[in-house]
Amino acid sequence: MVELLHEVEREEEVERKPIEKVCIVVSKGSLEGIYPALIMANGARMEGMEADLFFTFFGLDAIRKDRQDGIKVATVGNPGMHLPTLVGIIPGMSWLATKMMGRQMEKLDIPPIGEFLELIHDSGGGIYACHATVEMFGLTEKDFIPQLDGILTVGEFYERSAGAEIIFT
Amino acid sequence: MTATAYEPALSAIERDPEGFLVDPAQWNREVAVEIARENGIDEFTPAHWQVVEFMRNRYLETGAAPSIRSLGKESGVPIKELYKLFPKGPAKLAAKIGGIPKPRGCI
Repeated sequence: MVELLHEVEREEEVERKPIEKVCIVVSKGSLEGIYPALIMANGARMEGMEADLFFTFFGLDAIRKDRQDGIKVATVGNPGMHLPTLVGIIPGMSWLATKMMGRQMEKLDIPPIGEFLELIHDSGGGIYACHATVEMFGLTEKDFIPQLDGILTVGEFYERSAGAEIIFT
Repeated sequence: MTATAYEPALSAIERDPEGFLVDPAQWNREVAVEIARENGIDEFTPAHWQVVEFMRNRYLETGAAPSIRSLGKESGVPIKELYKLFPKGPAKLAAKIGGIPKPRGCI
């Protein structure tokens, strides 16, 4: 009993250490898969933390020159949209939902993806692509936005992430 | 102490636990420099002033601090430079130094 009490006291003494670095893995290529990661990376920099973004699989679309402007909200397979699946499949639905959301975001001063990545890059945040996916999709550095800091293997990613909180989206 | 009734010293100004001024009206340029020093900015340059004044004026005009996006676009100091001037977070720190509440936005 006495020992238990000591345990509790000791736990209370542990100071909660502030987060110093975040590494955010972006694996999805939908608007709702990409934006939260960008907001979190930018938010980390705004709080003075280090921040890296690591794009893998379809998340790579966010940093691909030819795909970046075509990123859309998923209107199918996305219960959060509260849209019947059969309505979601109508051509143009995804485009419309993306347009509407874009307008709302602009009102809140949330930049489009390209400008947002530039902002994060200029803030000192790192922007990296996953080596395995880049090879799988047959891409080269030329396919990516100029803000790309490098193409990393998973080992290099972990090395860069030393001491960081890793967040997977 | 040379502070007058109109320009209170930092020690006489009420601040929240994070160091933000409770009443923006109590702010003056001397306390700004003092808060900057508290936060590791020893040399307060004209560029620092430019950012702090932009933050403060925008807050006084609109009732809200600008986002980091508009800070970079409209303050006249680009994003890269902002982070060099305020490495621990430009928006938050410029708000603190400018005597306005902590920015509530996510951007």
